[in-house]
Amino acid sequence: MWVAWNQALASIRVRFLRQIVTTVGISLGIAFFCSVQIIRVTETAHGESADRLKWLVATSLVMCLVGVTNSMLMSVAERYREIGTIKCLGASDSFIVKVFFLEAVLLGLVGSSVGAILGSSFMALAEKYQGNPPGFAGFATTVVLGTVIGLVMTVSAAIAPAMQAARMPAAAALRVEV
Amino acid sequence: MTDVLNRDIVVRTVNVAKMYGEGEAAVHALNGVSCEIYRGEYLSIMGPSGSGKSTLFNMIGGLDKPSEGSVFVNSVDIAQLTARELAFLRCHTIGYIFQTFNLITVRTALENVTLPMLFAGKTPEEADEAGRVLLDTVGLGHRVHHRPSELSGGQQQRVAIARALANSPAIVLADEPTGNLDLKTGQDIIELLKDLNKTRGVTIISATHDHKMLDVSDRIFHIRDGVMDRVEENAKSQAVLA
Repeated sequence: MWVAWNQALASIRVRFLRQIVTTVGISLGIAFFCSVQIIRVTETAHGESADRLKWLVATSLVMCLVGVTNSMLMSVAERYREIGTIKCLGASDSFIVKVFFLEAVLLGLVGSSVGAILGSSFMALAEKYQGNPPGFAGFATTVVLGTVIGLVMTVSAAIAPAMQAARMPAAAALRVEV
Repeated sequence: MTDVLNRDIVVRTVNVAKMYGEGEAAVHALNGVSCEIYRGEYLSIMGPSGSGKSTLFNMIGGLDKPSEGSVFVNSVDIAQLTARELAFLRCHTIGYIFQTFNLITVRTALENVTLPMLFAGKTPEEADEAGRVLLDTVGLGHRVHHRPSELSGGQQQRVAIARALANSPAIVLADEPTGNLDLKTGQDIIELLKDLNKTRGVTIISATHDHKMLDVSDRIFHIRDGVMDRVEENAKSQAVLA
């Protein structure tokens, strides 16, 4: 397991800029989701019916999903050759999936927690100036919810293509040009 | 070459055929190739591009599965192996060298060499030590912590050779190892491979166009249109570097 961990860390460290872009993408999506969610929570708490905001929350989730999936698909696709090489060196299929899993967990955790905190705080402040301060409970729930959703999305978006890549015959993975 | 009868067979292919695609559009890359490769020999596979040379090469290395026929490595039919057993075979029995080097760009030279050892279950300390020795053997003892992007083509190929030898494999497969190198560097790599072949007794199988490579080969398989055209014995090979 620690070999996979090291490989994942090395991959993040060396491709730092590339990974930052992916992380920012995740953050933005989750920040948007969280800000909408804060509006909904605050307004509901102040006695207004916020049902009309549900569709907005749903839309933000879809946007977020598309963005995250796209980033993760790209980051797997541009590494087919590396996957093929590692297979030649004797890596098992599960090792390859593990590397991508760990990378996705790290990126997902950092990206979605940063996004959730920023998005929620921003909207909470905005609501406060309008005289509708959100309760702490609502704020905390939104941050946790945003982080969990972002993490699950990132990991599942990375795992599917990684599993497919891991199952390819090594020769086929080596032939892929991106 | 003298005692062919006494030689161990390390790889045997029986009527190996490979098709890409299906039905009328299918491309027959290989049409039934049978051959035997002996332990400790230096074998070159020659053929024009599109001849099926690389396909045969991939079959021997367990990188791809044949559509028909069988490939035996150390008497084991590799089509019968599970994904895990195949990974084990690649890890312990076969070392790979590529035309484009294919080092892991995010790891240093030493980490590239130790990765297969870690897959094989060595401790990091053992792997580190063995890795340094191997890099020393290929003449890169002073470059262990450099990344592939900081090394020249010839140096990268040396790292790849050290990596191929990481778990003392019985076979090293080299796919056009000098294809991306200039003449002099290519010559050095060929000499290194021949030297390793002699001193370590590792079987070297290389797909190549390079005529200098042919000079050091014990035997040469000529592949044409997906079949074995002829097998050439090269008696001079022992003398070349003697």
